[in-house]
Amino acid sequence: MAPIFERIREALAPKIGEASVAHGVLVLPISADALLEVVGALKEHFRFDLFLDVTAVDWLPQEPRFEVVWHFYSTMHKLRVRVKTRVAEAEAVVDSLTGLYGSAHFMERECHEMYGIVFRGNADLRPILLYEGFKGHPLRKDYPKEREQPLVPYREGYEMPGGE
Amino acid sequence: MEMKLPNPIRPAFTKPAREDTTIVNIGPSHPATHGTIQIVAEIDGERILRADVHCGYLHRGFEKECEAHTWHNLIPYVDRLNYCSALINNFAYCDAVETLMGIEITPRTKYLRTLLAEYSRIADHLTCIAAALMELGAMTAFLYLVMLRDYIYEHLADVTGARLTYSYGRIGGLARDLPEGWLTRLEEILVQYEDFVGRVHGLVDRNRIFIDRMRNVACLSTADAVNWGYTGPILRSTGVPRDLRKDTPYLAYAEIDFEVPTGIKGDNYDRYYVRMREMDESVHMIRQLVDLLQEKGQGPINVDDRRCVLPPKHLVYSEIESLINHFKLVMEGPQVPAGDVYVAHESANGELGFYLVSTGGGTPYKVHCRAPSFVHMGGAHRMLEGYQLADIVPTFGSINMIGGECDR
Repeated sequence: MAPIFERIREALAPKIGEASVAHGVLVLPISADALLEVVGALKEHFRFDLFLDVTAVDWLPQEPRFEVVWHFYSTMHKLRVRVKTRVAEAEAVVDSLTGLYGSAHFMERECHEMYGIVFRGNADLRPILLYEGFKGHPLRKDYPKEREQPLVPYREGYEMPGGE
Repeated sequence: MEMKLPNPIRPAFTKPAREDTTIVNIGPSHPATHGTIQIVAEIDGERILRADVHCGYLHRGFEKECEAHTWHNLIPYVDRLNYCSALINNFAYCDAVETLMGIEITPRTKYLRTLLAEYSRIADHLTCIAAALMELGAMTAFLYLVMLRDYIYEHLADVTGARLTYSYGRIGGLARDLPEGWLTRLEEILVQYEDFVGRVHGLVDRNRIFIDRMRNVACLSTADAVNWGYTGPILRSTGVPRDLRKDTPYLAYAEIDFEVPTGIKGDNYDRYYVRMREMDESVHMIRQLVDLLQEKGQGPINVDDRRCVLPPKHLVYSEIESLINHFKLVMEGPQVPAGDVYVAHESANGELGFYLVSTGGGTPYKVHCRAPSFVHMGGAHRMLEGYQLADIVPTFGSINMIGGECDR
């Protein structure tokens, strides 16, 4: 394990679960309420300055249903950290990282529309890849792939597969 | 037929902040139509005060579709992310699956993938620069560069069978080996490259009009670029040598010599120049890789692993084990061990990452693509605000947004 990974693990030990290194990436499972503290420490103390990505995994029918996954990269150490947390469908809310990283704005919007995860503190969760008024969250496992919601209606007589 | 279409977007602002400013809607499309975007901008005369950038017009449910196909069947889909350098997408995706399966590719495939990735990078940068120059009226430079790009496309078609969407990567190897005489033609094209890119340098670099349009326009500081998630040529144009090929070497990049060109202040001119220099470095790399391929890269292209590589055709027709193996691989897909992985390659636009989740079957549970263009569009307003309306076109050209990977 890289020395910086050891230091992160020691410094954040009370906040994180079973930390491990998988394929060269440090994986930190945390509880949702520790997010800002953990990511703040990663950014300020350990120089993980590049916010790469946020996405979610829908583990239907497991409970809690969603796993939200963040990736960070340090341009100094040239290493990556993955932070994950589980949230239930009923309160699929995590803190927004927009206060720490500008790039979180767009990526949280995408994760919000695709999975319905709410990022507390991100005031702008408008659709970005989908359109205004789109119903449902398409990357959830219970959203049928065939369902179509055309913004421009089809011609008369055309039957929409999986339509409402 | 009269039809009222609902507005697909809701602008972030609809009322001007001041009395003497106006809100204009630009797009979807135009900014010289590299990709379909929409910009809602508040302008004071010709100056942009704030901008709200929208993308998503090319969204086609890539990630959803991936969950319904076998690991192999996704290769044609990843081609269509960044269609200017589809091979880099292919190899990044295959690398991610191979990491999850614990497969180490053969030396020949390693060198070939590196070579073809650099070749694609040249094609991608040529497209970007050619289009950006054409939008500023430089038709000759455009024709020179696009001519080169087409030589490369045709040459890649010789090995892959397609001009644009190659589907050439395979999990554990490649679709086929190089045809006879391919490397000879490669050197011919590289010589032509040097000639014509030299002419473009002569036409453009010190051209007064070009400098006026590009220098000090859309400046980006390193801190800003990192904060907004910029990677690739845009981050390097701000003056820092951040390149995954150097920082976290993959494929054969640790074995070859190359420099990481950087800019001075992250303006449009720097982004143009960094791309031009990167192409030169790619040519330098390709020549080393041709030598490496001949010295150390002999042998098979596919790994000997029946979990992912199809058995030889004559065995499929002559023995039952191979027939079953072939059937299982095609119908059920390669069985990828459960787990998740994030693998990133330095694509022509920046960090292209694949986050894959497997539950142990022949179909991915989740495929997420960290597309550089999408992240770049999230910070694009930083490069537009404070500059002229007419600067949108060269700035957007220098970001090189690719709709396929941005909107997925």
